[in-house]
Amino acid sequence: MYLQGNQACVLGALKAGCRFYAGYPITPSSEIMEEMAKTLPKYPCPAEGGACPDSVGNGVFVQMEDEIGSLAAVIGAVWAGAKAMTATSGPGLALMLENIGYAVMTETPCVIVNVQRAGPSTGQATKPASGDVMSVRWGAPGDYEIIAFSPWSVQEMYEFTIKAFNLAETYRVPVFLLADEAVGHLKETVELKEDIPVIPRAGKSETPPFSNAANNLPSPMPMFGQGRKLSVTGSTHDEWGYRRTQAPEAHAVLINRFCDKIRKNAEKIVEWETYESEDAEILVVAYGFTARSALRAVRLAREKGIKAGLLRLKTLWPFPEKIFQEMTPSVKKIIVPEMNQGQLIREIQSALGGLIRCEVIPYHKTNGQVITPDEILALLTTKSTKNTKDYE
Amino acid sequence: MLKNLDKYIRPESFPTPFCTGCGHGILMGAILRAIDELELDIDRMVFVSGIGCAAWIPSPHFAADTIHTTHGRPVAFATGIKLFNPKLKVVVVSGDGDLSAIGGNHLIHAARRNINLTIICANNNIYGMTGGQLAPTTPIGARTSTTPAGSSEPPFDLCKLVLGASSSDNAYVARTTVWHTRELIKYLKKAFSVPGFSFLEVISPCYTHFGRRNKYASPAEMILDLKDSAVRTKKQEDLFTFKEKNKILIGEFSG
Ligand SMILES: Cc1ncc(C[n+]2csc(CCOP(=O)(O)OP(=O)(O)O)c2C)c(N)n1
Ligand SMILES: [Mg+2]
Repeated sequence: MYLQGNQACVLGALKAGCRFYAGYPITPSSEIMEEMAKTLPKYPCPAEGGACPDSVGNGVFVQMEDEIGSLAAVIGAVWAGAKAMTATSGPGLALMLENIGYAVMTETPCVIVNVQRAGPSTGQATKPASGDVMSVRWGAPGDYEIIAFSPWSVQEMYEFTIKAFNLAETYRVPVFLLADEAVGHLKETVELKEDIPVIPRAGKSETPPFSNAANNLPSPMPMFGQGRKLSVTGSTHDEWGYRRTQAPEAHAVLINRFCDKIRKNAEKIVEWETYESEDAEILVVAYGFTARSALRAVRLAREKGIKAGLLRLKTLWPFPEKIFQEMTPSVKKIIVPEMNQGQLIREIQSALGGLIRCEVIPYHKTNGQVITPDEILALLTTKSTKNTKDYE
Repeated sequence: MLKNLDKYIRPESFPTPFCTGCGHGILMGAILRAIDELELDIDRMVFVSGIGCAAWIPSPHFAADTIHTTHGRPVAFATGIKLFNPKLKVVVVSGDGDLSAIGGNHLIHAARRNINLTIICANNNIYGMTGGQLAPTTPIGARTSTTPAGSSEPPFDLCKLVLGASSSDNAYVARTTVWHTRELIKYLKKAFSVPGFSFLEVISPCYTHFGRRNKYASPAEMILDLKDSAVRTKKQEDLFTFKEKNKILIGEFSG
């Protein structure tokens, strides 16, 4: 099928069981909303496998009055039994932050698609960027962990959306599909694979709703209307949701659990791939649309006899520190091209820690244009040791 | 007649957090009595609240599904719950600041959508929880911690606001006070029973933050004042013409 990235995201969501969408229009994500408006009300909820037992039968779409209300409605629908998502871009993400913290605090599984555009503020609404890498990770106040995917193709807009729903369900956290305008509006052939597993909403359980089951995994997501008398709150609470706003140990237990369920399962969550990396001396680390240009540049460099390789991060959060700690000793130089002023590079530097045997060279581009293969190739072929490169 | 309402209350939620003279406890009891008299199945209801003293009426007191959300957003959360599962009875209980200042946008849009929610606003004309600051409902001249010389801003009439935003002639819009408990229970029963959107504003005094700053001698005086200042009407037009100073127009204005 020949599809746009944003359309593929919708098909992935439907395949993953998403039956509720609330949003507020914003370029370059609006196609997701429009496609949902067309499709969801005709799309039946599965009879089994987690959809709300009382549901009217079809999916529900609502255009809310702003992004604050959009994520609020999504979280409400999830507690009513839905798998649900919203999509936005920078300014909308800014408005969602408080309720992102709420979703973290109440362990509400949900998917937030952020099709990044050039910011800050209204910026360049139709132009790509990777400026929200840190916003999605740290935007809401307080301590927590989230999960973020970074798709580089229309195929991954489909597949990562499904995975995002699965991980949201398993870890009961908001999961971001951190796309960018270039991937969201890209059109290419997609294979709508049917054999991708889908994790259903858990059935009724009697375990305390805000506690861990085994392996640092939260207990199954409950739902309203089943006589469980659930107490859901964004205030510090115990395992039954009862407010404990004065007890130091209650807050410590909660925050540690939020962080540990992601950190201690990080190896099961993070995904990456490498190209030409076995004997690489120069490694490009890239993600999202930029990784496409990076791959082309690495191939062109290899033709010139340069030992270049690519490490492509498919998930950005939790950050895969281990790859860097265990990197092959042949790597002497790491180049990090980003459509921002150097965000993920800080994580790479910090993961490398004392390991200063290789140079880490940033390449920033924040003019609303994608990074081209030629620009990366120039970095791979240069003898210069200048430590910072900026597109001017 | 005294009814045993214990089954609707989480035993661990006592003692109540409400101050002496706070009206929110009276409203809490009235909501449970209305549910009991209507024989509603509380396990098929969801109580959604924002942040504030009023938001603590259902959460954690009610032995039901409760969701204590973010400040100003309970109506938007409730919208998602109700749209996905219309078979649940979804009730918002929150304060005047929560519903009409930070959350005013969600309130008017819910009224416009005529979504089948019951919204109960406990109006104490002030921000109780945060120490008595000005609310959009604070009367002109009233002293608050942020208007030490008396407020110079005209307040909202919440029923007028909601009626103006409502798209339905059948939406239920009413106002009463915690002094008028029989009427309060009657109005609550009506609000729970109408098929579409319903909004009930309940004047509920805050002695701690409003009363003491505004020369009320005691919590009791403040409650009794509700009786003296209430003016009852049966006509919707009165809502738009009523100008009497220091009086509260109560009644069912629509639906
Ligand atoms: C986003 C945000 N801003 C501010 C606050 C602080 N805050 C908590 S409750 C409240 C006012 C509550 O007033 P109201 O809704 O009238 O309830 P009351 O306490 O008077 O019953 C405020 C400003 C908050 N919790 N969240
Ligand atoms: Mg108040």
